[in-house]
Amino acid sequence: MAIRVLVAKPGLDGHDRGVKLVARSLRDAGFEVIYLGIRQRPESIAAVAVQEDVQIVGLSILSGAHVALTRKTADALRAAGAEDAVLVVGGTIRQRDVARLEEAGAAAVYPTGTPLESVVESLRALSGAVQTSS
Amino acid sequence: MDETVRSESGIPLNSSYGPADLPGAESIPPPGVFPFTRGNFPDGYRGRPWTIRQYSGFGTAEESNERYRYLLEQGATGLSVAFDLPSQCGYDSDDPDVEEEVGRVGVAIDPLADFELLFDRIPLDAISTSMTINGTAAIMLAFYVAVGEKQGVERAKLRGTIQNDILKEYVSRGTWIWPPRPSLRLIADTIEFCADDVPRFNAISVAGAHFRDAGASAAQEMAFTLMDGVTYCEEVIGRGRMTIDQFAPQVSFFFYTHGDFFEEIAKYRAGRRRWARIVRERFGAQDDRSCMFRVGCVSGGASLHGPQPHNNIVRVAYEAMASVLGGVQSMFTAAWDEPFAIPTEESATLALRTQQILAYETGVARVVDPLGGSYYVEALTDAMEERVVEIMEDLERHGGMVKAIEDGVLQRLISEQAFGVDRAVRSGERTIVGVNKFETDESPPKTEGYELDEKGRIRQLERLAEVKRTRSAADVKATLGALSTAAAKDGENLMPHLVECARAYCTVGEMVDVLKDQWGEFQQPVVF
Repeated sequence: MAIRVLVAKPGLDGHDRGVKLVARSLRDAGFEVIYLGIRQRPESIAAVAVQEDVQIVGLSILSGAHVALTRKTADALRAAGAEDAVLVVGGTIRQRDVARLEEAGAAAVYPTGTPLESVVESLRALSGAVQTSS
Repeated sequence: MDETVRSESGIPLNSSYGPADLPGAESIPPPGVFPFTRGNFPDGYRGRPWTIRQYSGFGTAEESNERYRYLLEQGATGLSVAFDLPSQCGYDSDDPDVEEEVGRVGVAIDPLADFELLFDRIPLDAISTSMTINGTAAIMLAFYVAVGEKQGVERAKLRGTIQNDILKEYVSRGTWIWPPRPSLRLIADTIEFCADDVPRFNAISVAGAHFRDAGASAAQEMAFTLMDGVTYCEEVIGRGRMTIDQFAPQVSFFFYTHGDFFEEIAKYRAGRRRWARIVRERFGAQDDRSCMFRVGCVSGGASLHGPQPHNNIVRVAYEAMASVLGGVQSMFTAAWDEPFAIPTEESATLALRTQQILAYETGVARVVDPLGGSYYVEALTDAMEERVVEIMEDLERHGGMVKAIEDGVLQRLISEQAFGVDRAVRSGERTIVGVNKFETDESPPKTEGYELDEKGRIRQLERLAEVKRTRSAADVKATLGALSTAAAKDGENLMPHLVECARAYCTVGEMVDVLKDQWGEFQQPVVF
């Protein structure tokens, strides 16, 4: 069965070139992709994650507000009962923020410049881990 | 396999060009003569050098004010204001949904008090202010007028520009608020208000730059931008109060210059010619000044890359030269570290020096349109104009720009182009030095970067609370009520109401919410 991924941009940042490339590459790689668009509230992202029963939630943030928005989304996912969904984050992220994002609830972080192939592989591995553990 | 060599926009290129490619050479008018292919002015940069305008902004109104006053002391004559995302999208700093964005990518503005602080001890009759603001542009213009009043500066003396181009926000930059149709009304209100009351203020800067950075080709960037310009002009003319000559001189444009050197030059030359023809032929302009295509640009953006980042210095220098050979009126050169960090003072200075070397050492600005008459550049300009016209005609056939945006057509065209470029880079069909050729195992540079000062946000919240406590609740209610009533029906210009709201210390969020109640919010078509 295809891996279901929800992709969204939380916060107010509108740079969506990268997230659309990722969404499209995932679709081409056989994932079932739901892209919500820009300016999504963490609560809405969590609600859709539950509704659509996705295995992975991917956030794209280029405004610098990634740590706070990742934490808010992780909280919202937990509150909605979707804590099984794997949360991953991409964007303009400095190396030293990677640990802070992991602490905030991200299972993987893809800073600008990460090859799309690596994102696809990483998500396959992460979803496999979810399936075997449950 | 197609072996044709093509420009970045897909224009097929010969291996050389000659007289046969230039059938109309004698008929290309000199610079300063309609349709301005070779430039708006007969003496080019000799008469007026291009403006070096570096974009920056940060933190609170106090911090920005301090930086502005420093810049003015150093001889700057213009300011460029960057706003934070809540101010751009119409949220107040005390809205819990946006707390992590306050003061992050620019200055936070809530009520007029923040503008008073931002321009404290800066005489608004002596400087010009460029504001990169779109969704809430009308409100910031009202604030500017109101601060001018407080300083005793009459409206006729205020100089500056608001970007105020909402159409591209729906497609690529993302700071939309209301749906397109009421937003167009508000933009037409600002254009009429400026033409009537604030004649030295530019009411709009139609920006294609963001289409380009989202993935559009050079030809698409020009075509989409000209279509937006047409849409705004039609909106104003359709109201029957003004002719094109009454407001067109206050309309300007803004683009990205990327790496395909000659195509970028041809883009600006073709854009000047096409806009001049549109304004004269379609809108019946009598005054040649209305037909002039005034252009600012950015060199950098998505053409810069993270690996081997110092290569970006070279890229920006070539792009800056193409911009000048294309005849732009103002330029911002990006710093080499922009793909992964907020520029340091050192990298930002180097970007500035890149323009100064171009202006004062290379001599490229000595003669107007030095490539005019080149077989290749003239042929490429013609081909570029043809392609731009084709793209514009496709959009017209679809029902115009607003419909193309509402239906997601424009978004799809840009995504397709971006995906195509990405595929070409991944396959090696398109070379990017240091990215897919001549790569090294260099690790990314360690950057300190900018850390947001939490204290700034707290001060902002305290100031906002203080204003809300001390302002007249009755005035707030009355002015917001009047704004709401005027917005509910067509025909009345909303600018005077926004100025009244500003004087009563209503916040950006309060004004935006009143208009949301009347007009609703934009529903983004999600296309990838």
